[in-house]
Amino acid sequence: MAEKVLMKGNEALAEAAIQAGCRHFFGYPITPQTELAAYMAKRMPKLGGTYLQAESELAAVNMVLGAAAAGVRAMTSSSSPGVSLKGEGISYMAGSDLPAVIINVQRGGPGLGGIQPSQADYWQATKALGHGDFQILVFAPSTVQEMVDLVALAFDRADEYRMPAMILADGMLGQMMEPVVLPEAHDVAAHEKPWAASGHKNERKHNIVNSLYLTPNALESLVVERYKRYEIVKANEQRAEEYLVDDADVVVVAYGASSRVARSAVNKAREKGLKAGLIRPITLWPFPVDTLKKAARHVKQFLTVEMSMGQMVDDVRLAVECKVPVSFYGRTGGVIPTPKEVLGEIEKLV
Amino acid sequence: MAVVFQKPSTLTDAPLHYCPGCTHGIIHRLVAQAIEELGIEGKTVGVASVGCSVMCYDYFSCDMVQAPHGRAQAVATGLKRARPDNVIFTYQGDGDLAAIGTAETVHAATRGENITVIFVNNAIYGMTGGQMAPTSLPDQITQTTPYGRDVNTAGYPVRVCEMLSTLDGVALAQRVTVDSVKNVNIARKAIKKAFQNQIEGKGYSIIEVLSTCPTNWGLSPVDALKWLDENMIPYYPLGVYKDGVKGDRLK
Repeated sequence: MAEKVLMKGNEALAEAAIQAGCRHFFGYPITPQTELAAYMAKRMPKLGGTYLQAESELAAVNMVLGAAAAGVRAMTSSSSPGVSLKGEGISYMAGSDLPAVIINVQRGGPGLGGIQPSQADYWQATKALGHGDFQILVFAPSTVQEMVDLVALAFDRADEYRMPAMILADGMLGQMMEPVVLPEAHDVAAHEKPWAASGHKNERKHNIVNSLYLTPNALESLVVERYKRYEIVKANEQRAEEYLVDDADVVVVAYGASSRVARSAVNKAREKGLKAGLIRPITLWPFPVDTLKKAARHVKQFLTVEMSMGQMVDDVRLAVECKVPVSFYGRTGGVIPTPKEVLGEIEKLV
Repeated sequence: MAVVFQKPSTLTDAPLHYCPGCTHGIIHRLVAQAIEELGIEGKTVGVASVGCSVMCYDYFSCDMVQAPHGRAQAVATGLKRARPDNVIFTYQGDGDLAAIGTAETVHAATRGENITVIFVNNAIYGMTGGQMAPTSLPDQITQTTPYGRDVNTAGYPVRVCEMLSTLDGVALAQRVTVDSVKNVNIARKAIKKAFQNQIEGKGYSIIEVLSTCPTNWGLSPVDALKWLDENMIPYYPLGVYKDGVKGDRLK
């Protein structure tokens, strides 16, 4: 399957999950992720897998919880308002150390918001997906090819660290078509799950998949253990792309769809002789702090560009410990910034 | 020495935390006995719901999953779809199944999800200290209906078996109770049948067990059983509401 095929982002996400060994998909209709579920509905029955249209986002995410508890690779997808509902199940999965993949093809908010591309769920994905102390892995693709690659990685890392993983895409990436090379089918058997509630076959003590611990000290020590695992994730899993950063005075920080706009703006700035560069976080949690810290040694200005009122910008400031000025430019509500607008911001800073 | 009575092997040795006179213990036993008699413990996975019975994951010796409040049947759906050869049951109270989990219940039933649902109806929220449940009776005094459940403001109780029996996905919907030896025997057979149905692929089977909550009803265990007989059974008649295979329509 090494040939290039032209695929829509949402469909590529679905096919990549299938190639990653996912045979259990639970969804609920919402724009702009619709094609993903439709693709699964077409493919899964032919593979002997499960496509199930749940009665709600709540039910869908809890079906994922059940399938994950049984030890199989399971996925659900939605868009912003639907992801809010999935927060309950995600918190329970985090508290039960269950791996699963959740796709958010973001649209404008708050409330019902709109159906055009947005990045206003950054805080939700990285900081506040549900109640309690927990993190999930958050991957931010910027091309259809990267959507494919990150889905496979998300499943692997979720299994490895026993935690939920999210692909934080947006309506632009979901709806656009680009050529992609699909990966070879994954060997899922590599990830054994001795903790799964798969039936003990009278061979072991019963497994309990649970997030309830009524003794404060017991709960605390479990959470502390989980946070030790998060430290390992932070050390090993930070990912970012650096583009023309080495000699840059102004570095734009942007992920996903807005990083595509930012890259065009950086190219235009370079044509004008301005020393601009781009850091594109690929993992939003863990945030690529190391890449930003390194750049902060020589960069004079950071400009964070987002399709929101400014959410990731906080993490950029924390990463560079406010040693370098960090400014922000954003459009929201489904409005996509233009390269010209971003170039204008770069020019102001030089 | 002859053994005349013993604990089912599908119950662990953990001491049950239930209040004196609560009928959860009897129902746990009946569920464990059914699993043991059918020889399916090794492939059975139970789903504990939020409420008094949440810690049943410590009491049943099969694999167990604890679900978010109301979502037990969605979790069970995921477990069953992932491993169709396993036997999946949920153990849920009235608040979990008939209030916050109504959508999950109705849709698991209408999909004909091949699972077994043990629904313990004691007409009150026990774990949180006795608030009105969807199945609290008209005029029933609870912490949140201190003047009695006023149907004009708090609405009417939900009759779950009657409601679910109208859905084509349901194979078995039966209401039982455990207030007497005779009724315990009926409940035992019904629960076993609900598991047997799943093994035979018949579809969604629900056994509603009318249960007591002496603590939150403010009654002694004996008076609680009397209250159940005099008040709950007339409102929630015992019996089989549907018995067949999924796809059957209620006559």
